[in-house]
Amino acid sequence: MTPPLRPPSKKDPQKRTKPPLRPPEARSRAALGLTAAAAEGRFALQVCEECATVQYPPRDACKACLSTDLVWRDQSSSGTLLAETTVRTSTKLYFRERMPWRMGSVRLDVGPVILCHLHGDCRRDDKVTILNRLDAAGQGVLLAVPAERTDNMDDDPQLRALSADPKHRRILITDLRNPNTPALAGALLDAGAATVFLGESESWRPHANRSTLAELENVEILPLDVTDTASVEKLAGEIGGKTDILINNARFMRPGGALDRGDTAFAREEMDVNYLGPMRLAQAFGPGMCSRTGDGVNSAAAWVNILSVHALSNAPEYGCFTASNAAAYSLSQSLRGEFRTSGLRVMNVFTGPTDDDWYQELPPPKVAPNALARAVVAGLKQGLEDVWCGDVANEIRERWRRDPKVLERELTQGVEGA
Amino acid sequence: MTALETLVSGLAGGSVRIIDLTHTLDPDFPVIVLPPEFNQCARFRMEEISAYDHRGPAWKWHNISMSEHTGTHFDAPSHWISGRDVPRGAVDEIPIEAFVGPVVVIDCSSGAAENEDFELTPDFIAGWEAEHGEIPEDAWVLMRTDWSKRSGADYLNMREDGPHSPGPTPDGIRFLIEERNIRGFGTETVGTDGGQGAHYTPPYPAHFYLHGAGKYGLQCLANLDQLPATGAVLIAAPLKIKNGTGSPLRVLAMVSE
Repeated sequence: MTPPLRPPSKKDPQKRTKPPLRPPEARSRAALGLTAAAAEGRFALQVCEECATVQYPPRDACKACLSTDLVWRDQSSSGTLLAETTVRTSTKLYFRERMPWRMGSVRLDVGPVILCHLHGDCRRDDKVTILNRLDAAGQGVLLAVPAERTDNMDDDPQLRALSADPKHRRILITDLRNPNTPALAGALLDAGAATVFLGESESWRPHANRSTLAELENVEILPLDVTDTASVEKLAGEIGGKTDILINNARFMRPGGALDRGDTAFAREEMDVNYLGPMRLAQAFGPGMCSRTGDGVNSAAAWVNILSVHALSNAPEYGCFTASNAAAYSLSQSLRGEFRTSGLRVMNVFTGPTDDDWYQELPPPKVAPNALARAVVAGLKQGLEDVWCGDVANEIRERWRRDPKVLERELTQGVEGA
Repeated sequence: MTALETLVSGLAGGSVRIIDLTHTLDPDFPVIVLPPEFNQCARFRMEEISAYDHRGPAWKWHNISMSEHTGTHFDAPSHWISGRDVPRGAVDEIPIEAFVGPVVVIDCSSGAAENEDFELTPDFIAGWEAEHGEIPEDAWVLMRTDWSKRSGADYLNMREDGPHSPGPTPDGIRFLIEERNIRGFGTETVGTDGGQGAHYTPPYPAHFYLHGAGKYGLQCLANLDQLPATGAVLIAAPLKIKNGTGSPLRVLAMVSE
């Protein structure tokens, strides 16, 4: 059984903070299929379209028939642990700091034998489940865990290193006013977060969330307005060194496309909050978080954006809002590149219409605050990069992957008789 | 001595004092809040674009943005639908003589302390005139409420039924315009109208009547408690914004010691 992870003791101010280290990043293009699946928490392997061989490790051609017609398909992740070993030294600095490190070989039920990282509770001949997770280099790696949950299973150091688990971490949620904030804060505290900082803009304008949230234990309400650079810098100056996970839920939206509006005022506000907001947050909080990804149990771990799934393909009824989300999505990709060296994860949570005032005229299904909060916590625990929350988001993802142009055409239908 | 020489020597000698009636332009200073489906008044924002660094080695400067109606600001007649056809009704067209002139201060601070929805009525004005004399023609009239001493949520004083702050009744503002032919009306609150001004007939009577009559407004004023009831001179020159309906500005008053 895994010993429970203790809350970290207070930091020794005389010790240097451990600099970020990471495992090797280089992969072949063929191998990145594993990373793409890990970004969504799926276990997939290369399958030959000609002879149906499932193979591992990934290659450019089928090991059985030499066909290059290989596709990645989700596979059953169960297998049997054949052998295990413990690595006690390594030339790689990342692993050196984390010794001893367990490795094993697993025969998958679907055929191949894989070499993988090994959870502390796995014993030889055990049935295991293979997790395909992103490591600190942002690459998909395989970890065998017990098929049945064990006590404190998530506290295993090798598993935790492949996550951004909220447990014992300090989390900033940037917008107290968002209707999803109480659910987010509650779910994160339930998941063991040490502190939830809540950013409150315009405290001169009262908001019902304040009284609900001020009563919660381990919640701190602090001034933050993502449209005000000075306010973002000030809060980063105060708590930037102990922000382990940043969840940007600030959102400005109004319905309508360009012609529904007579001016650019709402669009400007949408860009200011939804696009420049995360940019200001990244400029202020990013460097500090990037420098603390090796800082022990409560190291900096993840940056979370909550985006409309229509960032992928515009929904003209909300055309201008959607455009700002497309900008934010593109920025999140830039941040991934900029944060990559540090190992700070960027998780995008894509949602369909949320259950709040600005989507009131849309029929269900809508994403309830609790569903969004569950998706955020689950995504952090799995260390994901892309989370698709709700039926609409999943459907749009599928249609977008199948054919982006077809999706665009379907989303931009005209009106009869116009 | 010319009048200006007298003024200059008064300023130098301390017999004329200058009072700043302006709040600092601060990103967190409240602005009027409208129903969210309407466009909103932009908050003051300031972005540093260099500070003697790689973005500009020898200089520091900011880009700033705001609404015409952010912070301590001036309302021109064209701000309101009633004043849309007033000649020279935009800030760049107003005769500059209007920007310097006499000012009287009606002290409503004790009433506002007791009643956050305190109303300035013709009766109250009559009471003030009985003590200080008739309001002279073409003067600024400022309503002192000490509201500028409030901060945070107490300033807008927003509740579920809207904001609560003092202001004139329709009859009160009409009296000032029709009987006293004032130049303009100024307040310490976020607007020239009271917080519940939308519920009068007409809604927002100060805006409606003042601007319809070609009069001006000043709001978010401070330090009105340092002004005498009569005898001060107000300097309130808005920025020369083409077709501007208002402008943030520095409002100063000269008082005799």
